Amino acid sequence: MLNSFAFFGAIETGFIYGLVALGVFISFRILDFPDLTVDGSFPLGAAVSATMIVAGINPLIATFCACIAGAAAGLVTAWLNVRLKILHLLASILTMIALYSINLRVMDGPNKALLGVETLLSPLDNLSIPYYIAYPIAFGIVILLVVAALVWFLKTEVGLAMRATGSNERMAKANGINTGRMVLMGMALSNALVALAGALFAQSQGSADVTMGVGVIVIGLASVIGGEALLPKRTLLMWISACILGSLLYRLVVAVALNGEVLGLKAQDLNLITAILVTVAIVAPNWRSYFKGSRA
Amino acid sequence: MIAVDDLHIMFNWGTPLENHALKGVSLTIPKGQFVTVIGSNGAGKSTLLNAIAGETPCHKGSISLDGNDISSLPVHKRAPQIARVFQDPLMGTCEDLTIEENLALAQARTKRRSLTRAAKSEYQERFMDKLKTLQLGLELRLNDKVGLLSGGQRQAVSLLMASLNPMKLLLLDEHTAALDPKTAQFILDLTEQIVDEQQLTALMVTHSMKQALSIGDRTIMLHQGNIALDVDGEHRKSMTTNDLLEQFQKNHEQIDDDALLLG
Repeated sequence: MLNSFAFFGAIETGFIYGLVALGVFISFRILDFPDLTVDGSFPLGAAVSATMIVAGINPLIATFCACIAGAAAGLVTAWLNVRLKILHLLASILTMIALYSINLRVMDGPNKALLGVETLLSPLDNLSIPYYIAYPIAFGIVILLVVAALVWFLKTEVGLAMRATGSNERMAKANGINTGRMVLMGMALSNALVALAGALFAQSQGSADVTMGVGVIVIGLASVIGGEALLPKRTLLMWISACILGSLLYRLVVAVALNGEVLGLKAQDLNLITAILVTVAIVAPNWRSYFKGSRA
Repeated sequence: MIAVDDLHIMFNWGTPLENHALKGVSLTIPKGQFVTVIGSNGAGKSTLLNAIAGETPCHKGSISLDGNDISSLPVHKRAPQIARVFQDPLMGTCEDLTIEENLALAQARTKRRSLTRAAKSEYQERFMDKLKTLQLGLELRLNDKVGLLSGGQRQAVSLLMASLNPMKLLLLDEHTAALDPKTAQFILDLTEQIVDEQQLTALMVTHSMKQALSIGDRTIMLHQGNIALDVDGEHRKSMTTNDLLEQFQKNHEQIDDDALLLG
């Protein structure tokens, strides 16, 4: 069904989008803040890192700056919501639209190629194992570190305060938590992770493009919701791991759907498949409990 | 000591729906006094508590705690000094967090939160000891999500959370109203025990006249945004619910709310 090249490609993309899933997990699940900023902060991360790398700046610094830019985008959305009291969904759409123009400005055009320049991934091209295996391993390690850091953070006093903010804001305030600050901090963190994904994606694909953000939020949601449908969210670690699993599985399903000649699907059908997958993932758990209920 | 001075609260100010909920309430509660608040629906009981907690902005007047004006502070800045139990048992706890995490959250009410582990092992023993006093077996369920507990159990945990750290004022907003009679009595006894042990200054809203007179040291009755009655000491001890009603009616027109007479 899948050749090894397509398989490792799917794993690689799955790991990169796993960062998006973690970002979406923080906004949608921890903060209960439906955030569409990601459609703008993903290409923002790509644009900032690609532009800086082409300008000759160290790729590590460029990638770090991409994260900072993503965090700033998240802060703007949170600020619109917390301080200016704009509805969260609308606030994030406003930032997303603004970022489209900003990304064009950053790249000084609709895209930026990374051909023939040193990126974060360049050292992996000269290893004894082929690059298409080395890349997913490297991204897997990055994901592992980020997951560990996130689980640790969410169990600290500040992390717990952030979870309380999303779960029960009134109670959080009554316990002395500055909930506005928690939303600002969480949204910055979320979009920094998404921008990091954008930066790594651009470096792995060899270019940044202003349209690469379209539908990123849906893919992130598909990963989070799909993962939750597969793994019980008993502990934080399991819940967060479910997001990564969801991201990997989403990529594999898409790869199979697009590679399998039988279905006759083409790349342009990707968004349709995604929308159907998300719908099924949202509805499936309800069906399960419905059938369980009818049996009892 | 908490001092409320000429407090006015307005909702939907300047609109046709304008509602003058508190019309110049003045109230001073000395340290260690347990005050019960009673009044019909819409009298302003919850509004008074929300205003003291910081959820409702003051239109006019001031609220001060130990001489410091707190009228303009947001809820989270008052929280280190004012603890609170809500009417809705689901409101006082976070259902997505475990019992231990909820207690850890309340443990940090009085201090600055840091990037250290929230559920510290050194707290665990204290949490378990506190939970043991409830005699609900919750000390063995530290890692259970609070969403798994019943309303009564959650309200008991809320009360523990509120009293975990020192405070200058405890606000109880009809915190037994949503519970069945037996559980309500249990929570009420627990409240008296905690307030007594820690010698807390407390303000408790209740719907029951009997409760208002039998618990605490002083009873105030709110009516249409004003304090209609304020009794304490020996006079209060000898009072019955009928006396309370009579007293009230002497000063004011007929109360047409059966809810006050019941209970």
